[in-house]
Amino acid sequence: MSAITTPLPEIPGSSALPYKGRVGMACLIIAESAIFTIFVVAYLYYIGKSLTGPTPREVLETPIFFTVCLLSSSLTIHLASKLLDRGKRGAFLALWFLTIVLGALFMYGTAREWHRLIYEHGLTISTNLFGTTYYSLVGLHAAHVTVGLLMLTIVLLFGLEGRVGREQSARIDVLSMYWHFVDAVWVVVFTVVYVLGR
Amino acid sequence: MSSDAMAIHQGTDVGSRPWVETLHGWVTTVDHKRLGILYILYALLFLAVAGSEAMIIRIQLMYPHNSFVSPQVFNRIFTMHGTTMVFFVGIPVLFGLANYLVPLMIGARDMAFPRLNAFSFWLTALGGFLLYFSFLGGSGLYGAGNAPDVGWWAYAPLTSRAFSPGHSSDYWTISLLVAGFGSIGTAINIIATILCMRCPGMKLSRMPLLVWLNLVVSGMVLIAITPLSAAQIMLCVDRYLGGHFFDTQAGGSAALWMHFFWIFGHPEVYILILPAFAVLSEVIPVFSRKPMFGYPVMVGATIAIGFISMSVWAHHMFSIGMSSYGNAFFVLTTMAIAVPTGIKIFNWLGTMWGGRIIFKTPMLFCIGFLFNFLIAGLTGIMLGSAAFNWQLTGSYFVVAHFHYTLSGSFLFGIFAAFYYWHPKITGRMLGERLGKLHFWLFFIGFHVCFDLMHIPGLLGMARRIYTYEPGRGWDTLNLLISIGAFIQGIATLIFVANLIISYFKGAKAGNDPWDAWTLEWSVSSPPPAYNFASIPTVASRRPLWDLKHPEDPDSRYE
Amino acid sequence: MTNMHKMEWRVVAARVSGILVILTGVLLAAGMCTASPHDNPVPNIFDPRSTPAESIRDHSYFVLAITGLIFLVVISLLVYAVVKFRDKPLTAGREPAQVYGSTQIELAWTIIPVLIVFVLFLATARVIHAIEDARKPATAVEVTAIGHQFWWEYRYPALGVVTANELHVPVSDPAHATPTFLTLLSADTDHSFWVPQLAGKTDLIPNRVNHTWIDPHQTGVYVGQCAQYCGTQHGKMLLRVSVDSPEEFAAWVQAQKQPANHDDKASAGRRVFETTACINCHAVGGTNGTGRFGPDLTHLMSRDTIAAGAALNTHENLRLWMQNPDAIKPGSLMPAMKLSDADLDALVRYLETLR
Ligand code: HEA
Ligand code: HEA
Ligand code: HEC
Ligand code: CUA
Ligand SMILES: [Cu+2]
Repeated sequence: MSAITTPLPEIPGSSALPYKGRVGMACLIIAESAIFTIFVVAYLYYIGKSLTGPTPREVLETPIFFTVCLLSSSLTIHLASKLLDRGKRGAFLALWFLTIVLGALFMYGTAREWHRLIYEHGLTISTNLFGTTYYSLVGLHAAHVTVGLLMLTIVLLFGLEGRVGREQSARIDVLSMYWHFVDAVWVVVFTVVYVLGR
Repeated sequence: MSSDAMAIHQGTDVGSRPWVETLHGWVTTVDHKRLGILYILYALLFLAVAGSEAMIIRIQLMYPHNSFVSPQVFNRIFTMHGTTMVFFVGIPVLFGLANYLVPLMIGARDMAFPRLNAFSFWLTALGGFLLYFSFLGGSGLYGAGNAPDVGWWAYAPLTSRAFSPGHSSDYWTISLLVAGFGSIGTAINIIATILCMRCPGMKLSRMPLLVWLNLVVSGMVLIAITPLSAAQIMLCVDRYLGGHFFDTQAGGSAALWMHFFWIFGHPEVYILILPAFAVLSEVIPVFSRKPMFGYPVMVGATIAIGFISMSVWAHHMFSIGMSSYGNAFFVLTTMAIAVPTGIKIFNWLGTMWGGRIIFKTPMLFCIGFLFNFLIAGLTGIMLGSAAFNWQLTGSYFVVAHFHYTLSGSFLFGIFAAFYYWHPKITGRMLGERLGKLHFWLFFIGFHVCFDLMHIPGLLGMARRIYTYEPGRGWDTLNLLISIGAFIQGIATLIFVANLIISYFKGAKAGNDPWDAWTLEWSVSSPPPAYNFASIPTVASRRPLWDLKHPEDPDSRYE
Repeated sequence: MTNMHKMEWRVVAARVSGILVILTGVLLAAGMCTASPHDNPVPNIFDPRSTPAESIRDHSYFVLAITGLIFLVVISLLVYAVVKFRDKPLTAGREPAQVYGSTQIELAWTIIPVLIVFVLFLATARVIHAIEDARKPATAVEVTAIGHQFWWEYRYPALGVVTANELHVPVSDPAHATPTFLTLLSADTDHSFWVPQLAGKTDLIPNRVNHTWIDPHQTGVYVGQCAQYCGTQHGKMLLRVSVDSPEEFAAWVQAQKQPANHDDKASAGRRVFETTACINCHAVGGTNGTGRFGPDLTHLMSRDTIAAGAALNTHENLRLWMQNPDAIKPGSLMPAMKLSDADLDALVRYLETLR
């Protein structure tokens, strides 16, 4: 039984390891993608399998405007974090705020659509398979947008207090990764629900 | 030795504090080592619980028409046994080992996200306690309360409101959902730790295999547990919001749940076995006194297993009436997995070959593992051969197969890990005499129990039945199987006794009792809170070998 | 040191061989106590009486041979390594040669398994195709089997017969094959149709139409059971298939087609039947009972067992079943009917006329 008591020699080595925040977020995105995949598969599988109406063709309207809002918010958040990198805090805050507005507009669009479906067409989550899959998939996405908006707002508040600077830019990057992901998912959801699903 | 044996436990700052403070320290800890220990203790607790449930199953099945428990209770017990073993023994013990060992092995001071780590543990813990809280509902303990009774796959539509009124299925769904989120958090943490926290010189190609395997396992957790979470969210939508995902009366599909479950379920079984593989990959080299044979291939095989295991799920569904092409496809993928798994077996053999094998308890468990897992894999091949599977599926042959993998391989690997790292974690050796007794009793009990269990399956005995008709050739076999199970129970009790005795009276371990080669053995036992006084630098896969053999270091060959 | 090592090793070897001897003994003993269904109803998958089960058996021998061979080779290597390279006092303390790997060897143990896997795959695919894609001959008997919690409903659409729990099929003479093709449906949860000596399993899944077929070569009663967990009484959802000679089968069909026997002596019982909840769940031809939730009782007495094989079809069991089904099959979906003793007797007497 030999015992090592001397600590290992310390040789200064330069190793560039990735930033743990980015890696963590990338992992989270992988996991979330898997969740969304399952919901999308369920949606596709049940297209046209409802035993009763209403069908997607009868009631769905394509939310072009709100989709544009959400997708352009990806652009604004990207620019915002670029600006922060360069230390332009004022411009960063403005674009950050714009991102929140665009995201909120999108949520308003979803809310309006749901209101219309429920009150005009009587489609709820328990009406038929279409209702179940539609509200679940779109709702899951909306939940992610909401979480994103909350986090964006928290950053905004800190920013207004003047506490977001260049030092935070790595963290801001991580948050914008999430937001890009939420947008990318919408492209899939949009295609599945409003294009293929009809 | 005996006079200062007690000292190490009081050496740290714990001994002098009042117990409330100690408890508070443990509950609020974010230290990866303490969380690792918490995970492991938690898994041990549930091993005892689920093991006791196995004993109830075996008492009930000892004789035909036995009425030790009612069918309702029996169904709850086997569901809880399977669910607990998989989710609250297997996963916590894997995360416990990873939590404790990964930072130490890669020369880091903690995990990447210590608070996420604690949060994930407590989520998992909450899941388990919630699941067991179900026993208190309904008609109370005697009628087994509201415990889930749908089997660990919870096939639809058995879980729908129509067939499962009350809350038993809700307990199953929600507790596993919660625990699943905990698992995802920990997996993210492990990956970030491995990718971002390695000490200088610890290239990916130099990481200990245990670290590699945990990296792969965590990746699998990310993409395998999530489908289950998604399906469980759907189930909640069905049960609480009146959705129809799995409501067959409204056009929902029962087969869809099967697919979703097994897309999770099959990778899950590899998630359970890979940590055991990881343990073997550390223990076998040390006790053969040779480096791992074919390290790059071992890494490659692990990744291959990870990938292939995502494509084989429907081999659990050969009897649901897929087309012959569908069946053939899954036969091919299923069998393909034998190749990388075989490579692993052969590489371990290659490591032992020409070595100097030391039969300490950890090594005994590893050799037992090799023996058991070979048979387990080969019965897996029989099951994977779809036509043969039509006769075997749903029978006790399957139960025997997967206990060979889970009890005979997974548990053996975990036991090996206990004997191997106990000195590091507690500072004291686990007793060798009791350890060998534990090994042999468990080995014998295991084989009496599960070798024989194949036969009733071949003689037509279906699984998940609470009783059976006499005169079908199953009676004697079942009695013997039960006896084997009890022997395993006794062996486990010896193990627990060994843990307790060694904790107080075990021989002091020193830093490096096994003359091993990875970084965790370079620090004191138990390691200091900060792990490394100064961050080490490594130049090869076996830093301590280099240190001990400066004349012939590994770094020369890499 | 020296002695200890030797001792330990001998003990280990003795224990291992002891275990192996015991195990082989038990396996052999168990293997010998299997026989044909006539004298001993062991549903042994290696004792098939119908083509699908036979092809599977033949295939399984092939798979067993290959896996057995792999087992022998690998286990020999393991035992050799453990014996040969164990820590010997001579070498104690000296580190063996440090070998890091060998490309040739590793290639070999990759390629050989790949080839084996390919062979196994082709062999399996052949059998899958032969069984699953078998063509249905014109002489086939068609049966629709519907799984219920926890009993079996059988319908012979071409013959106009509806029955429960005990399937009757004609024996299939290879010269004039009369196989039985089953369409499998479920009324509630998943079930699985498994009579080991006749064919492998096929599940009955709600919202899904599955198929399987059997062509028993030998008359007799074959047993099996539901092989997919379907709820509380999955354990007593047993299967009985009676393989009849062509004449017996024709006679059975003839009898099943008859309307229910209405014996005047049992009219009191019939009144009980028709005025209690029985009719909501059970059908008896020629009465107002048309329920389909429970088994069709029109020819109840033509069956040897009740409640999907849970009990023999005797007077006492019938009476007990009516009084308290839970005594026979706890958790079955038939409620205890809470009849007075007089009604109960009348009812059972009536049921006993349903031949
Ligand atoms: C740790 C867990 C674990 C592991 C590692 C495995 C490994 C394997 N399993 Fe197992 N399995 C389970 C756990 C596990 N299984 C569980 C829990 C269930 C049932 C769940 C339930 O129903 O409740 C199950 C069920 C199950 C089924 C479904 C049975 C059914 O219900 O119908 C099948 C079918 O294909 C299967 C196959 C395999 C195969 C092919 C492997 C392969 O990975 C094995 C590969 C290994 C080898 C083959 C041996 C070594 C290789 C060599 C020496 C090389 C040479 C060999 C060849 C060329 C063949 N398993
Ligand atoms: C890691 C996974 C794992 C492990 C280790 C085990 C271990 C064991 N299992 Fe389990 N089992 C499953 C996972 C596992 N099982 C799963 C997934 C199912 C499927 C469930 C389903 O169908 O839904 C199953 C089903 C299952 C069945 C089939 C039930 C049925 O279909 O009706 C049986 C029957 O014999 C069984 C028996 C055993 C036995 C005897 C052991 C033995 O190896 C256990 C040995 C005993 C112990 C390890 C602990 C003993 C503890 C004590 C004696 C108490 C100690 C007390 C204190 C310390 C206070 N198991
Ligand atoms: C709520 C529905 C329900 C009612 C009411 C009901 N039964 Fe049943 N019965 C069932 C079900 C379901 C089964 C099958 C149980 C099983 O095998 O698990 C069954 C089985 C039986 C059997 C056994 C049949 C066989 O072949 O195995 C008999 C006989 C029977 N019932 C008679 C009666 C009589 C007589 C009454 C009225 C006094 C009655 N049942 C009322 C549902 C009902
Ligand atoms: Cu029907 Cu199990
Ligand atoms: Cu599998």
